[in-house]
Amino acid sequence: MPILTAKNVTKRFGGLVAVNDYSFELEEGSIASIIGPNGAGKTTFFNCITGFYQANEGEIVFNGQKINGYSTDRIAHFGISRTYQNIRLFANMTAIENILVGEEPRLKTFWVEALFRTPRFVKDEQDAENEAKRLLQYVGLTGLGDQLARNLPYGAQRRLEIARALASQPKLLLLDEPTAGMNPNESTEMMRFIQGLRDDLKITILLIEHDMRVVMGISENISVLDFGEKIAEGTPQEIQHNPRVIEAYLGRGTAAGFGATEAAPV
Amino acid sequence: MPTMQDFNLRKAINFGLIAGVISLFISVIGMTTLLSKRQLVAGILTLGQLLIFLAPALLSYQAAEKSSKKSRAILNSVVAGLAAAAPLALLILLESLFNLRQFFVNVSPDLIKIINFGQGTTTGMAILFAAMGLIGLAMGLVHLLQPQIRKSIFTGLVVMLIIGTFSELLTERLRAFFGVEFSKTIFQSKALLPSVAAIILIVVTVFSIVWTKTGDKIKQRLDVIPAGQKRAIKAGNWVVLLAVLFLLPQFLGSYLTEVTNNVGIFVLMGLGLNIVVGFAGLLDLGYVAFFAIGAYTMAVMTSTGALGVGVSFWLALPVSVTAAIIAGVLLGTPVLRMRGDYLAIVTLGFGEIIRILANSDMLKSFLGGAQGILNIPKPEFLGTALIQPGQLYYVVLAGCLLAAFVSWRLSRSRLGRQWMALREDEDVAQAMGINLVKTKLLAFAIGAAFSGLAGAIFASKLTSIFPHSFNLLISINVLCLIIVGGMGSLPGVVVGALILVGLPELLREFAEYRYLMYGALLIVMMLAKPEGFWPSAIQRRELHVYEDQAPAQDNAPAE
Repeated sequence: MPILTAKNVTKRFGGLVAVNDYSFELEEGSIASIIGPNGAGKTTFFNCITGFYQANEGEIVFNGQKINGYSTDRIAHFGISRTYQNIRLFANMTAIENILVGEEPRLKTFWVEALFRTPRFVKDEQDAENEAKRLLQYVGLTGLGDQLARNLPYGAQRRLEIARALASQPKLLLLDEPTAGMNPNESTEMMRFIQGLRDDLKITILLIEHDMRVVMGISENISVLDFGEKIAEGTPQEIQHNPRVIEAYLGRGTAAGFGATEAAPV
Repeated sequence: MPTMQDFNLRKAINFGLIAGVISLFISVIGMTTLLSKRQLVAGILTLGQLLIFLAPALLSYQAAEKSSKKSRAILNSVVAGLAAAAPLALLILLESLFNLRQFFVNVSPDLIKIINFGQGTTTGMAILFAAMGLIGLAMGLVHLLQPQIRKSIFTGLVVMLIIGTFSELLTERLRAFFGVEFSKTIFQSKALLPSVAAIILIVVTVFSIVWTKTGDKIKQRLDVIPAGQKRAIKAGNWVVLLAVLFLLPQFLGSYLTEVTNNVGIFVLMGLGLNIVVGFAGLLDLGYVAFFAIGAYTMAVMTSTGALGVGVSFWLALPVSVTAAIIAGVLLGTPVLRMRGDYLAIVTLGFGEIIRILANSDMLKSFLGGAQGILNIPKPEFLGTALIQPGQLYYVVLAGCLLAAFVSWRLSRSRLGRQWMALREDEDVAQAMGINLVKTKLLAFAIGAAFSGLAGAIFASKLTSIFPHSFNLLISINVLCLIIVGGMGSLPGVVVGALILVGLPELLREFAEYRYLMYGALLIVMMLAKPEGFWPSAIQRRELHVYEDQAPAQDNAPAE
């Protein structure tokens, strides 16, 4: 059963059609990727799912519930969580505080309780902090909890952003270029980590990714966007041999002569 | 510093000239003359003289500090000191040749007498150069001392000068407690006796040296104390602080208590704006509006005049706060989508609208227009009217403590984190599931509540209010005090209010130059200590990005 269904989603910015009539199904418990050249509309589609943008046409259904039209905070409460292409941590907050903010959808206490430090408030805060520490350990940042997010090295920032996204215990995690700027070793590590998220935490994962080694290595389903339109969808093998995909990446003319066993990294 | 060019004589002269021009400017605008009426040390130093010597002293010290070689330090600072005398000497010379007063009204014979030490043109200039050179020499010598001792000497100097500055007030207080005879042993004609000044300087310096030597040991000993005892010490500190606050009016006397009450009202407003600007990062320039709404609600409800309803202070108080909260939500709702500059402009407009409404003919039959509302009774408590500043003090204190408590608890809670996240990145904060509407409106509402409370107390304290008391400058003032104190810092609000509200009240002569001092203070603050006098931990770490230690090593595995 699909956990996320996009039906004929179109997003226009004035005359520019960023996503055009895009339909997509994501199976619960799977890892899928959206790939495509720069400017193909991948991140725009992410923004449509998470409510940053409202799709002009079409509908997005999550877990049986239509979610377009809701604000980003409501969508977070539905169980969708994301990371960003350019890391967007709360730079002047510590790692732990970042994760604590991520836990927001799960926290229940009313602000007045903070004034009186009710037992429920104290327990809730304590639990939240323990959970944050656990997540920090889970992503391998033990001991860096009191560091400012800004001061963490790049790789650690990427992992912290994922920890923050996991803190809300989402059903669906959207990762926007999680291995951008990483060397091959680091991206292999990240790949294993993402697989672990699915296998251990049973979280459905949708990736935007440029590193074809990662995409082909972990995706069960790949959807290819070009100029806002879906040009192909299928398993890694099918995508690798699809002439339209090769054309989109390498241009017309090269497609025929290209061996197409390995799509070029863009 | 190896990378820096050697600090040569030319630079030292530049430093000195800059200092001299600052002193010249201060003199020509008339500050020196005005402030020389206040004596610090009887017969030796006036505040005006201090003001002239301050910039040369600081910059010649800088000249010494910037010198790469120790041997050059003294030379550089003396040269800087001598150079600083030049602009003032020029003033003396020009004044003796031309009638400068045609162009600079403040270049009076009095001023010249201060600068030339009353010794005429030639001798005066010589003395001036000698004095500035000596200051430079002293600064150079101080620079050569051990850092600890140097710091202690400066502490002693500052304490001595502060006591001297407030001689008049302290004389009055000492008289009240220990009698005229005792006060005469320390102060003479509103200034410190030279011998006492020297004693203060020495005692404070020695004490400071001893403290820096033994302070570390005491701190180490404190670190070893078990957590339970530490908590007890902390609780003890709080009890002492509260006791001091409770007994304060007894020590201060009615004038200083009145000043404290004014500071307290600004502290209350500062705490409120601190939530809006410091915690949630929403720049509100119309903050005075809530103050006005609180004050007018109190006035209309309690006034015994034609415009008032005449209910009691305690009944009107919650109504005033509620009115301010409603106004906060009403203002907050339309500006929910605005950020930064746009928000600032809209709130600025809101503040003006409220003031103009209060001033308008339309509402004159309710709010009294420009004539304001009179006959507002002072609060009553258990049948006694709180007329004395010393009685009203407790109302202000209770308000401040309540506001500080609420701010403190909220800042360390889920809501505090939501505000912080909102300030950092609004979009991401929302995508993390934070309800922006609720979070922003809570910030506006709580901030408005404190301001409304301050306004209500203000109205009752003054017994009459007028629209012009609620102008834009109040908003700016409150914003400045949280910037000077340190954004997001609760003790910072108190420090900021003491500096920006308390000091001008105590230095009445400054009144004319109040905003000049404000501007100068803000510029110096932003350059030298942008995080404020008592910054919150967050603010400190934010503004010292480049001084942070190198990023932690990326050695943690991904699993």
